[in-house]
Amino acid sequence: MLTTAFALSFYTAALVLAGGLGYRIWLYASTPAPLKIPTTPAPLTHSGVAARMFREVVFFQSLFNANKWIWLFGWIFHMALALVVLRHLRYFLQPVPEILVLVQPFGELAGFAMVAGLIALWARRLIVPRIRYISGPSDHLMLALLVAIGISGLTMTYVAHTDIVAVKGFFLGLMYFNWQPLPSDPVLLVHLGLVAALMIIFPFSKLLHAPGVFFSPTRNQADDSREHRYVGSARLEAMSRKA
Amino acid sequence: MAAATSTFKPMDHVHGDPLEIPELACGAMAGSKPYVAAPGQQEALGFPGELVENWQEKAINRLGELVDNSRALRVFLDSCVKCGACTDKCHYFLGTGDPKNMPVARQDLLRKVYRRYFTWSGKYVPWLVGAQDLTKDVLDDWYSHFHQCSQCRRCSVYCPYGIDTAEISMAARDIMDTVGLGQKYSNEIIGKVFNIGNNLGLPAKALKATLAGLEEDVEEETGVPVRFPLDEKGADILLVTPSADFFASPHMEGLIGYAKVMHEAGVSWTFSSYASEAANFGMFVGSQENMQKVAQRIHKAAEELGVKRLVFGECGHAWRVAYSFLDTLAGPFDFLDQNYPIPQHICEFTNDLIDQGKLRFDKSRNDAIRLTFHDSCNVARASRMGDKPGGQFEIPRAILRATCNHFYDMAADTIHEHTLCCGGGGGLLTDELMDVRLKGAQPRMRALQQVAEDHGVTHMAAICAICKAQFSKVLPQYGFDMESIVSVHQMVSNAIILTGSIQEQDYEAARLSVLQEV
Repeated sequence: MLTTAFALSFYTAALVLAGGLGYRIWLYASTPAPLKIPTTPAPLTHSGVAARMFREVVFFQSLFNANKWIWLFGWIFHMALALVVLRHLRYFLQPVPEILVLVQPFGELAGFAMVAGLIALWARRLIVPRIRYISGPSDHLMLALLVAIGISGLTMTYVAHTDIVAVKGFFLGLMYFNWQPLPSDPVLLVHLGLVAALMIIFPFSKLLHAPGVFFSPTRNQADDSREHRYVGSARLEAMSRKA
Repeated sequence: MAAATSTFKPMDHVHGDPLEIPELACGAMAGSKPYVAAPGQQEALGFPGELVENWQEKAINRLGELVDNSRALRVFLDSCVKCGACTDKCHYFLGTGDPKNMPVARQDLLRKVYRRYFTWSGKYVPWLVGAQDLTKDVLDDWYSHFHQCSQCRRCSVYCPYGIDTAEISMAARDIMDTVGLGQKYSNEIIGKVFNIGNNLGLPAKALKATLAGLEEDVEEETGVPVRFPLDEKGADILLVTPSADFFASPHMEGLIGYAKVMHEAGVSWTFSSYASEAANFGMFVGSQENMQKVAQRIHKAAEELGVKRLVFGECGHAWRVAYSFLDTLAGPFDFLDQNYPIPQHICEFTNDLIDQGKLRFDKSRNDAIRLTFHDSCNVARASRMGDKPGGQFEIPRAILRATCNHFYDMAADTIHEHTLCCGGGGGLLTDELMDVRLKGAQPRMRALQQVAEDHGVTHMAAICAICKAQFSKVLPQYGFDMESIVSVHQMVSNAIILTGSIQEQDYEAARLSVLQEV
């Protein structure tokens, strides 16, 4: 019963995540960008743009220039999250690749850094009047969700161990359509339930910044409008004013 | 809709950190609204004369159209995480404290409507994601706060996703025009370009008379017959410049500088009365159709005059439209000489000549001036000069250093891509918005005050007609001289030594006497 419920939830969550995200990415890719609008100074070449994007995505360059505290907490959270996700791949791969074995101790520590970063960001949201003003219920709920996922995960690592071998069996079973029973630890069920919820929420929320950044014309366009005529959109002239 | 009444005293605010973050003052600027365009001004641009009956439905449909046709808009509306990085970056927020002037909050005025009608979460759980119906109150908020954005893109520099509030405010203004709620100042001006050829409504006859007068003045000053040609077919270069250059100070002093440079370079060139405007307010109102119509006038003029090169005068957003959009909107320009940049900025033109040693300057003629340079938003953050990123910062400064002995930059976090708007850009340069213009200028005025105190700076140069006009108005309010705003080519004009001129004789005589003393 429990296994079935969680199995179906995860299938649903995976479908919604992949389908929703895929649809959104398709929309971003297929929506025309009629004009050249890079924020300058901008790279002049496509390889330069790739380097700019790399600096944005890996180091959060613009955010660093904007506000050191938000950068620090946000960067810690995201890098820690990346390590944590990487570490979790071991529950889906058999045998576990060497690299994941190396990541494991860092991934465990990253759990703390992730929660700490989130709480610091949340504190800013509550304390700094400007940021409190722009925060809505969904912004707080998103932080609550992520913190709850982090704390429930850390609890299983450091306080109340779950039968991790059985958990891995459950996920491998999901992947190969050969369902295995899921342990019924409450902390585990909370952790997994929240993760499934996060996957479902992803394509309908501000988490779309993850694919969005790659499609942002101010960041992904080269500054070459004098060198190459930009014909941004076949629809430029065709765009009829219906409204 | 009168100008917001205000007790703001600029002189009390001119000292301090230019980027000091104010306390939130909710609703402080809700009363700031520009005059609404009259029916005739709307209809000339293809918009309804007044607010249509089914405006709500029409506005939502238009928003949908815009989102479907602009990747930027779609990505920007989806991606904001409310991190707060932009909250202290807008000069209008810094100057007013009104939280709706924080870039993210300004975007949210549109985003909440987008969410309500175009996203799943906004349709079913609007309270959770801050989605709201498009009501008359929301429309009023739009009209007020999307006319407190100068589309300067400063926020887009700092946003981790590059969200550009300029794109959002352009979309909002397009929607408002579409439902019949246009802004008088911008729409009236676009109409003048269609009817007469320039923003100021100067007819060809008046231009001709002005230019003839300038020829006389310059000959009197220098003894050299510097020409100011208009509509001369077969000239090599078409110079397109903001019409303010034909009209007022300090713009006109810059125009004289262009003519002197062209003369000394020995090139054949001309203005066009048909394309006697570099500015393109179609961009400000977010209307691609109108922006394209204005841009196409330049293509037509260049083709009819048979020129080989296209050069633009000192104008910020005009250079953005020219540099980034012109080829897309009005190209291709394959009939021009492809060996030169198309288009070229007058600063690039002058700086090339300086680099080649073809211009001589007597810098001492600017010795009474201790100078700084105000980077104009659209040049700094939406275009380039030269062949390297950041050339738009280096080239104007190189010209100023070549023509003036005393040059000092303002604080590093207020120049280059971090530059602060003059407070009057983006279609806000109208008297009824003086309150927000004054307050929005505060960060720049403080940065200027700092270099005035630290280095005795007396003047500030700019390469944008709007900046120059705005500063002429606000500088006196902040305790500076009205004439302390100058054109870059005004400095060129002051210092250039034309071959065969009175100044050349003086200069040679002075050099000779120095040599004799040695």
